[in-house]
Amino acid sequence: MTIALALEQLLNGIQLGVMLFLMAAGLTLIFGVMGLINLAHGSLYMVGAFACATVAAWTGSFWLGLIASLACAAAAGAIVELAVIRRLYDRDHLDQVLATFALILIFSEGTRWLFGDFPLYLDIPPLLQGIVNLPGDASYPVYRLAIIAVGALIALGLYLLIGKTRLGMRIRAGESDREMIGALGVDIRTLYTLVFALGSALAGLAGALVGALQSVQVGMGEPVLILAFVVIVIGGIGSIKGALYGALLVGITDTLGRFLLPQLLAVFVDPSQAGMIGGAMASMLIYVVMAVILAVKPRGLFPPAHA
Amino acid sequence: MKKILAAATMALGLGLGVSGLAMAEPLKIGMITTLSGGGAGLGVDTRDGFMLAIKQSGNKDITVVTEDDAQKPELAVQIADKMIQSDQVDVLTGIVWSNLLMAVVPGAVAQGKFYVSTNAAPAALAGAGCNKLYFNAAYQNDNLHEAMGEYAAKTYKKMFILAPNYPAGKDSLTGFKRYYKGELTGEVYTKVGQTDYAAEIAQMRASGADGIFVFLPGGMGISFMKQFAQSGVKIPVMGPGFSFSQDVLPAIGDAALGAKASGQWAPDFDTDVSKKFVADFQKEYSRLPSIYALQAYDAGQLIVSAAAKASVKDADAFRAELLKADIKSPRGNFKFNTNQHPIQDIYLTEVVKKDGVLTNKTVEKIFADHGDAYAKDCKI
Repeated sequence: MTIALALEQLLNGIQLGVMLFLMAAGLTLIFGVMGLINLAHGSLYMVGAFACATVAAWTGSFWLGLIASLACAAAAGAIVELAVIRRLYDRDHLDQVLATFALILIFSEGTRWLFGDFPLYLDIPPLLQGIVNLPGDASYPVYRLAIIAVGALIALGLYLLIGKTRLGMRIRAGESDREMIGALGVDIRTLYTLVFALGSALAGLAGALVGALQSVQVGMGEPVLILAFVVIVIGGIGSIKGALYGALLVGITDTLGRFLLPQLLAVFVDPSQAGMIGGAMASMLIYVVMAVILAVKPRGLFPPAHA
Repeated sequence: MKKILAAATMALGLGLGVSGLAMAEPLKIGMITTLSGGGAGLGVDTRDGFMLAIKQSGNKDITVVTEDDAQKPELAVQIADKMIQSDQVDVLTGIVWSNLLMAVVPGAVAQGKFYVSTNAAPAALAGAGCNKLYFNAAYQNDNLHEAMGEYAAKTYKKMFILAPNYPAGKDSLTGFKRYYKGELTGEVYTKVGQTDYAAEIAQMRASGADGIFVFLPGGMGISFMKQFAQSGVKIPVMGPGFSFSQDVLPAIGDAALGAKASGQWAPDFDTDVSKKFVADFQKEYSRLPSIYALQAYDAGQLIVSAAAKASVKDADAFRAELLKADIKSPRGNFKFNTNQHPIQDIYLTEVVKKDGVLTNKTVEKIFADHGDAYAKDCKI
């Protein structure tokens, strides 16, 4: 194995982690602040991807598509919060799971109704096409580097938002004690709608960014949603910092596992068998990691102080 | 009194017999296919191709009930039971996925129903597990992969091969290796439904392969081809026909240009039957037919041809008519093997852009009158 390959795989792991972080940040924010399990988060990811693909096809500009994805996902999130989620805060988690699962079905069939059965086309913008050469004779697609950069910026932005602004202070206060912050005169309902829209916009952004790499199709959000749940459980539910570290851990573990396990096994069995068994083991690896972490730290790596 | 009764019975019997000859027997077909979820494009093409054949037959005695299996085996089984017991269908068809087919077919044929497959063709039903009531109008799962193995053996020295880690994926690489005996620089199995292939593409880049074979149906293939094009790796990619079929090409875009694939048919076939099929399909549905549409169209034609000559209530006669394969298939040569799977020609195709639309162009014939490796184990 060369250094170039190792470096490329490490970057792949980080890039996957950053994508997961965009999903997980919204999910964990919503859970932390509102105590709500939102299974429909993957649908908002899909909304972002479809909005971006549609607007990019109309206007020919990926960048307008990206803005549309943020706007549409945030708007969809706000509408969902006002119409459905608002009624669920006082219910138990089973009701929330049922209602948001229904939302998945509504979003999926609604999208199919609007856009048809076939996947949409979305390509990366010309500015970000091509590859860059890295030290050690490695090369890496510009677009994936850009995703890593966007993820880093969002992480920084969220850190500043939560830690340094008045809105962030209210969000933190809402996490700690929602009755008290309501009693102090903060409009908690608007705050919840805002947080939900913010989380949705992040999911939509992730969907649009990934849509240029993958297939924009109905049901694209659910596999990512499962990984995002793994991330927030590892990181500590409600913790943005935990989501960041959890996402990077899951991204790198998954990528390196897929890459290294079959090679490791090839030492013992023939390559075909190694590929099959290694592939199967690699797909279990992140769940094994999750189980180990939960055994050692039952509340995740960075549990929020109050919970 | 007895005489009168006997005469009446005879008259009744004759009357029934005569009327049975005079008017065609009604035939009810149950179509179970995937019309929702990520695989819906395949099911929609299956349904549309099949319905085109039924419509063109003009046979008013054939009715089709269609239901969505959502790509879930347990749902497909429920629908099959309902169709057999309450809708009283005579023939089942339409399932796209091998795992769903394996869940439905054994039960259906055990209840004396015909099944004509429009796509899925697992090895388990082609060899020792074959059945008199089970026909496949598409291929045997390994066929298109075998053809690419044959092509790769002639063209490349070092191949990197990849498929999802599920039965059809394993069949795929097994089929490929049955004909490709050269060096393999990598053999990778990915998770079913995987959407990011960066780790695998990095391995391809580093492997020194001169050719890449991938079997990734539906959305997986779209993701892979886009990411492969973006990665700047310049190794030629090939795959079985459905990796670059008409249902996924628009979503992959120009990244698919130049990809080689295998197929029993391509939309550019220069025969009158094929041209008419493409024109009729485009007229009816305003898009090019995919390979799934073609296979379902032929399945529909087969059932229509048998129904015109025999009653489905007489299973042996109906089966004999199906076996004759008395249809004009757009793919050209088509007949059934001893295991009731096709013997047909398989071609090499290339993705090209024609009038601004991505489509497959036929390059050359890889196999003539190709059957499958399992037929010899089938004893019917």
